[in-house]
Amino acid sequence: MISVSDLRKNFGAKAAVDGVSFRVERGEILGFLGPNGAGKSTTMRILTGFLPPTSGSATVAEFDVEDQPVEAKRLIGYLPENAPCYDDMTVSGFLKFCGEARGLRGSKLKQAVDRAIATCFLEPVVHQSIDTLSKGYRHRTCLAQSILHDPPVLVLDEPTDGLDPNQKHEVRALIRRMGKDKAIIFSTHILEEVEAVCTRAIIIDRGRIVANGTPDELKGRASGAGAIVLRAADRGGAALRSALARLDGCSAVEVLQEQPAILRLRPKDASAAAALAARVHGLAVREKWKLIELRIEVGRLDDVFRSITLPDTAGRDVQR
Amino acid sequence: MSCPGNIWSIAKRELSGMVSSPVAYVFIVIFLLLSAFFTFMIGGFFERGQASLASFFGWHPWVYLFLVPAVGMRMWAEERRSGTIELLLTLPVTTWQAIVGKFLASLTIIAVALLLTFPVWITVNYLGAPDNGIIVAGYTGSLLLAASYLAVTSFTSALTRNQVVSFILAVVICLFLILCGWPPVLDLLHRVFSPGLIDLVAAFSVMTHFDSIQRGVLDLRDILFFLSMILFFLLATHAVLRARRAG
Repeated sequence: MISVSDLRKNFGAKAAVDGVSFRVERGEILGFLGPNGAGKSTTMRILTGFLPPTSGSATVAEFDVEDQPVEAKRLIGYLPENAPCYDDMTVSGFLKFCGEARGLRGSKLKQAVDRAIATCFLEPVVHQSIDTLSKGYRHRTCLAQSILHDPPVLVLDEPTDGLDPNQKHEVRALIRRMGKDKAIIFSTHILEEVEAVCTRAIIIDRGRIVANGTPDELKGRASGAGAIVLRAADRGGAALRSALARLDGCSAVEVLQEQPAILRLRPKDASAAAALAARVHGLAVREKWKLIELRIEVGRLDDVFRSITLPDTAGRDVQR
Repeated sequence: MSCPGNIWSIAKRELSGMVSSPVAYVFIVIFLLLSAFFTFMIGGFFERGQASLASFFGWHPWVYLFLVPAVGMRMWAEERRSGTIELLLTLPVTTWQAIVGKFLASLTIIAVALLLTFPVWITVNYLGAPDNGIIVAGYTGSLLLAASYLAVTSFTSALTRNQVVSFILAVVICLFLILCGWPPVLDLLHRVFSPGLIDLVAAFSVMTHFDSIQRGVLDLRDILFFLSMILFFLLATHAVLRARRAG
């Protein structure tokens, strides 16, 4: 549905987007992650036809956003960053305008506006002027605008920014629901959101894609992923360590705590973690250790995020 | 989706924005007050003893000089400042449709203000027997003049996100368009430059063309001058918007 290939965008000498390529199909929800200024918004602006790319192409369905912008834009619903709205309009007036500009008329327009208002929980403020709205309502008004015409492609730039936890939850549920039959791209800073909503995530840094995979695959790239932690009540850490180090497939054993013993084993190969855990269990049974805990550590997405993007932000701080 | 439909949607939104804010009313009221003041107090409408609206139309280039940029200055500057330009230009409308829609919306306000000067027309018809053909020509010329200023304002508004800057730039450009053909300035220039050069400069002035329409001569060349002026500045608006996005 969405295809971006070798997209580049320079602002003066600075490359904001530097060779980004990806595809999103119907039924996929792609999370766009990256530090501030990584090029997320710029990529989205190019995809929605607001900015022309310096080189490369972006297509929506079969329409190139540069060559057939109107056809492509018709298929896209777009929530820009900071949710800009026309402050002098009422919520319903604003949505009507957006619907009309998208070619909806008469009863179709009314239905679309009513549905968007209901979906985004805007009933209490329908006749209110947008400049009097709280940030959450304002944001949802702009979100309502993006789903008004039931587009097959949704591009949401920080859709949960500025919402309270309940509203965040609602919007995530909404994105998951819509993701069943749409191609959705959304950017966020909140990593738990990616795990909760996305079928796939891309981490972008300094204009380049540095990671692309399902949230689980990305988590597997965390430094701690696949390590086995065990805790035993009746033995000392040093005694267990020597026994465990001899196990097949174990590359290192650390004692995290001596009494009661907590140890961490690193498998030689992260994918063999489960087999190693089984051997640890077998050993414990044979030696009659009193095991309290045995688990395989799951990587955390923010570890991955930080390990991939931290060197860069640290460098930036030094430059300042 | 049809092109006129898109232009209409945008013009309607723009109009609703102006009508719900004081901009439109302030413009109309000030315009009416100023035209009445200039026509009757300064222009010597009664003293002339002629059944014509020359003293009415004669002041329009000056009245419009400040009022039209005031109406148009927010056209693009405000979109840019509030970020709604991103919303507008990602709707399935072309940039050109958005430019024309916004332009027509502001022009509508100006046209309404101009129509509301009808008591002047009634007065002059009550007092004497004016040539109404000349008056129609005068109204046409006045609207074309305002539209030209508005196109200039559309261009300056696209240049900046600051409304005040856009206003000042528009006033300066419009002032230049007036002065380069205003008789007192031309007389001054005659002492220094060759007549050929002065004619060339004067040909670019809105004054030269406005005056000839005021005399009741609806010359195609004058109308074309205004229309090409409008087209030029709207195209310039398009070029500026494109260039600003290209980064």
